[in-house]
Amino acid sequence: MEEKLQKVVNRLVQQFEAESSGFQNEITVVIKPAQIEDVCRLLRDELGFDMLEDETAVDYWPAQSPRFHVIYQLYSFQHNTRICLRVPLDGNAPSMPSIESIYPNANWHEREIFDFFGIRFDGHSDLRRILMPHDWEGYPLRKDYPLGYEEVMFSFNYEEINSRKPYVKE
Amino acid sequence: MDDYKITTDALDDVGHLISERALKGETVLLNMGPQHPSTHGVLRLLLELDGEVVVNCIPDIGFLHTGIEKNMETKTYEKAAVMTDRLDYLNTVGNNLVYCLAIEKLVGLDVPARAQALRVILVELQRIASHLVWLGTHGLDLAAMSMFLYCFREREMIMDIMEMVGGQRMMATCIRPGGMWRDVPAGFEEAVRQFIRIFPKRIKEYENLLTRNPLFLERTKNIGILSKEDALRWGVTGPMLRASGVAHDLRKVRPYSGYELYDFDIPTQSDGDTYARYLVRMEEMRQSLRIIQQALDKLPSGPVRSNNRKFVPPPRAEIGVSMEALIHHFKLWTEGFTPTKGAVYEAVESPRGELGVYLESDGTPKPFRVHWRTPSFLNLQVLPLLAKGHLVADLVALIGTIDIVLGDVDR
Repeated sequence: MEEKLQKVVNRLVQQFEAESSGFQNEITVVIKPAQIEDVCRLLRDELGFDMLEDETAVDYWPAQSPRFHVIYQLYSFQHNTRICLRVPLDGNAPSMPSIESIYPNANWHEREIFDFFGIRFDGHSDLRRILMPHDWEGYPLRKDYPLGYEEVMFSFNYEEINSRKPYVKE
Repeated sequence: MDDYKITTDALDDVGHLISERALKGETVLLNMGPQHPSTHGVLRLLLELDGEVVVNCIPDIGFLHTGIEKNMETKTYEKAAVMTDRLDYLNTVGNNLVYCLAIEKLVGLDVPARAQALRVILVELQRIASHLVWLGTHGLDLAAMSMFLYCFREREMIMDIMEMVGGQRMMATCIRPGGMWRDVPAGFEEAVRQFIRIFPKRIKEYENLLTRNPLFLERTKNIGILSKEDALRWGVTGPMLRASGVAHDLRKVRPYSGYELYDFDIPTQSDGDTYARYLVRMEEMRQSLRIIQQALDKLPSGPVRSNNRKFVPPPRAEIGVSMEALIHHFKLWTEGFTPTKGAVYEAVESPRGELGVYLESDGTPKPFRVHWRTPSFLNLQVLPLLAKGHLVADLVALIGTIDIVLGDVDR
């Protein structure tokens, strides 16, 4: 691992009691949901990670604790390094703080995660579905959401098909 | 204007974004798209207009959502590669490349030098083809109709080369985990050299038509200025970032597939307007030609796929004589290979910017999670920022200059 990145990881581990791990030259730091804003602010303002490259989530259903991981990829132009943050979340309807105020482009990323995983981001300016239709039910990228077998719904048979749709209604 | 009444419930879920002025009828709400030729696909924009000036612009995406991320979870790694072409349909081999690089990183697979060089040639050809589509449609949007015809004429040459290599013009899927699908056919090198010979003259032709054309300058200079700070804050990448003065190109700063072997420049501009982005992309085509030329000149001979039979199927000829090869072939095409548990993020420079893929394996033959970090998705997010205060006609230029591909945005 590069020396500069090692320093960054050590700082995060000490200050936030985070756990770090490495896989194929990639460094992942696992932090708690409540810490995300502080960690991102520290990374952006003091450690030079100026771009949020990617933000996504993974569903580990049927595990419940944690059920989800939210994954951030941050990039530093100055050091030319990348760091990955993972935030474990429990339960079926989790929520965590938004980082939109720190990295504005998290706006659409978080809308996408909400759309597909149903994870809510507190403090997000406009949290609504982005790719699926606004009246869609269920969260398609969850592991308990089946692939396919969707009957085409028209207004005349909407009720009938909706009543036997396979996903769990909340 | 008394009968012009708008209610927020008619606007579905965007009612809360509509300003007081629009509700009172002082400004006009106008739907642009999703079926509109200048939105380059199925992009819907809800515009709030004061006369002809854009006050607010609310992008609505998802009309081309195909659920590729979910679908890929149900296919084996190799079979899912076919779906990657369908994301950004103007950069098909580029999508294959990043997906295969991610798999190779996940399992620690080495790619032969010849395959790496061929990948670079194909990806750079595709970059030129993608920029040609951008230039043609961008010109068309700005009433330079002939650009479209010229650009598609040259693009056809590249499409022919792609067909030669992969059997299809667009969705060739010729890059596979561990190397290439097969070696390039005889005549490939000659076809590419022919293209390299012709194309510089053609770039000059395009530039003669546009670079100092007063109408084109009027429509692009000082339109949609994106400052360096905003570009970085919003995670904008690719030619848009470089036109705002940041010399950032993943091919240079984090080389992959042997890009460190080639000598090329990163064109940048400092103005950050539509014209600067035009200049950057034009120069990028020239740099791509340089890379292709060098890669062709030093094209190594040898195999084009890895010899690791646990991940790469054996050649057809071997199956007839080797029991082991038959077993490997059978196992790889029925069960697929199983990477170890873990997650990787791999990114390449696509014609539009940073194309990343997050790949997580749970130790089964199917990917546990595939996420695409697509450049168009992130770049489109700054459109409202760029559009405010400009005319509707300029908005058309802005959509063109961001160079979105809706398949890339919606996935």
